[in-house]
Amino acid sequence: MKKIEALIKPFKLSDVKEKLTAIGIQGMTVTEVKGFGRQKGHTELYRGTEYKIDFLPKIKLEMVVPAEMAEKAVETIIAAAHTGQIGDGKIFISSIEEVIRIRTKERGKDAI
Amino acid sequence: MRFKLKSFIDNVSLPFVIVGVIFTYGGSAFAETSLPVPRIDTGDTTWVLISAAMVMLMTPGLALFYGGMVRRKNVLGTMMQSFIAIPVISIQWVLIGYSLAFGPDIGHFIGSLSWAGLSGVGLMPNADYAPTIPHQAFMIFQMMFAVITPAVISGGFAERIKFSSYLVFLLLWSTLVYDPIAHWAWGAGGWIKNMGGLDFAGGFVVEINSGVAALAAVLVVGRRKGWPHEPIMPHNLTLMLVGAGLLWFGWFGFNAGSAVASGSVATAAFVATHIATAAAALGWTVAEWKHRGKPTLLGAASGAVAGLVAITPAAGFVSPLPSLLIGGVAGVLCYCAVVGKSRLGYDDTLDAFGVHGVGGTWGALATGLFASTAVNAAGANGLFYGNPGLLLIQLTGVAATWAYSFGMTFLIMKGISATMGLRIAKDEEEQGLDLTQHGESGYSM
Repeated sequence: MKKIEALIKPFKLSDVKEKLTAIGIQGMTVTEVKGFGRQKGHTELYRGTEYKIDFLPKIKLEMVVPAEMAEKAVETIIAAAHTGQIGDGKIFISSIEEVIRIRTKERGKDAI
Repeated sequence: MRFKLKSFIDNVSLPFVIVGVIFTYGGSAFAETSLPVPRIDTGDTTWVLISAAMVMLMTPGLALFYGGMVRRKNVLGTMMQSFIAIPVISIQWVLIGYSLAFGPDIGHFIGSLSWAGLSGVGLMPNADYAPTIPHQAFMIFQMMFAVITPAVISGGFAERIKFSSYLVFLLLWSTLVYDPIAHWAWGAGGWIKNMGGLDFAGGFVVEINSGVAALAAVLVVGRRKGWPHEPIMPHNLTLMLVGAGLLWFGWFGFNAGSAVASGSVATAAFVATHIATAAAALGWTVAEWKHRGKPTLLGAASGAVAGLVAITPAAGFVSPLPSLLIGGVAGVLCYCAVVGKSRLGYDDTLDAFGVHGVGGTWGALATGLFASTAVNAAGANGLFYGNPGLLLIQLTGVAATWAYSFGMTFLIMKGISATMGLRIAKDEEEQGLDLTQHGESGYSM
């Protein structure tokens, strides 16, 4: 099993989610986050004073999938979240030791 | 004898009423048949009472305006500083404030305490202030001005003051600064009024006074933690705009209501107010657009307030095109003042001085330039209507208001600082006013 964490532009979320559910991903967790990478921040203007905003809003998607689905999920995310502009985001993949569904106590793939 | 007369006048025609009024309010004088008969006008009374309610709404409007501009951890504490002025100053006004400001003159400086507790402030008109409305209508209208003025100051030292110290400041400042200056400009016998100084709706009394007081206060209180090297930004500009809208609306009561009658002068003031505000909103927006490359909503709203401030002393004395100029200049001037703040290094959080102090000073002087007796026969002509003397009078009033407001506010703040302390602790400032001063938070998410 693999965990896929994707940091994407907020306005791409619904696109990414639709494409992922279309290929059979059954669940995900979404968090509003802030951060910066090569894109850096932007400036905001309040009463004539400019403020440098270092942390930009992003969406973090997290999902755990069977190992054989990971590559397809990653390709789907890339296709849906890609704009070609700086700040499109990143994807992190890691291995997951165990998954447990609390309601039924199922474990492993069945619990995903 | 007096008792008999009072019960008698309730049932008889107006010529007798004047006898009663003079007997009740003026002591021993007898009626002269040549005196104007005070007669309550329903239109005037309606307009002044509605105006009083509109001006009351400005203080919650100010709470929204200010609350939106601070950080989210301080939204309630900041709103509270405006809102609490309504109950606190209303009571102060009834007990002593109205008497100190408008009561019988002592040395052209302050009113006596003989109207304390509204003693003698009844339902018959007072010819000195508003001959066609009940005296209490004038009193309650003026109360709303006394309420909002110290609330404006709170924008200067926002985000760092102890609530208990703020309450003490409110009471001391209203009593020792607002009430005397209101007497100078508006009270019967006040020296600015006697000199012929024109302050239609509070350029000296409300705007310069609160703005300069804010400057003195922030110099005593000091900067916020992190200012100016850390970015400290408004948390909710939508709230700010609701507040600005309520201020603009309420200001029609503030300015046009200051005619204390519902006729031509009220209309002139209403029109001038709107024109100046529109011009100032555009002036600030364009100045910021040119200077920083973007026209901001906060800038447009701030400009509107700057225009409202600047037209306040002039509203009932100037015609439409001069008000356009007064507003346009105010928008640009206040923008420059606000931008210059960080260079001068004082932390006037919400620009109470940059907008009210600077805009009010401009407006008071502009009244000396543009006032015209064609608009208001009870006023005077300004420099551009052939009377340079008025500008000098206005300048004197401005200088005196600056000096007194700055000096007294500085002393009051120093006094509070030395006794009960002014500032919240550093870690409390980190946590915010809402939790540390009031035990609540503005948003649950």
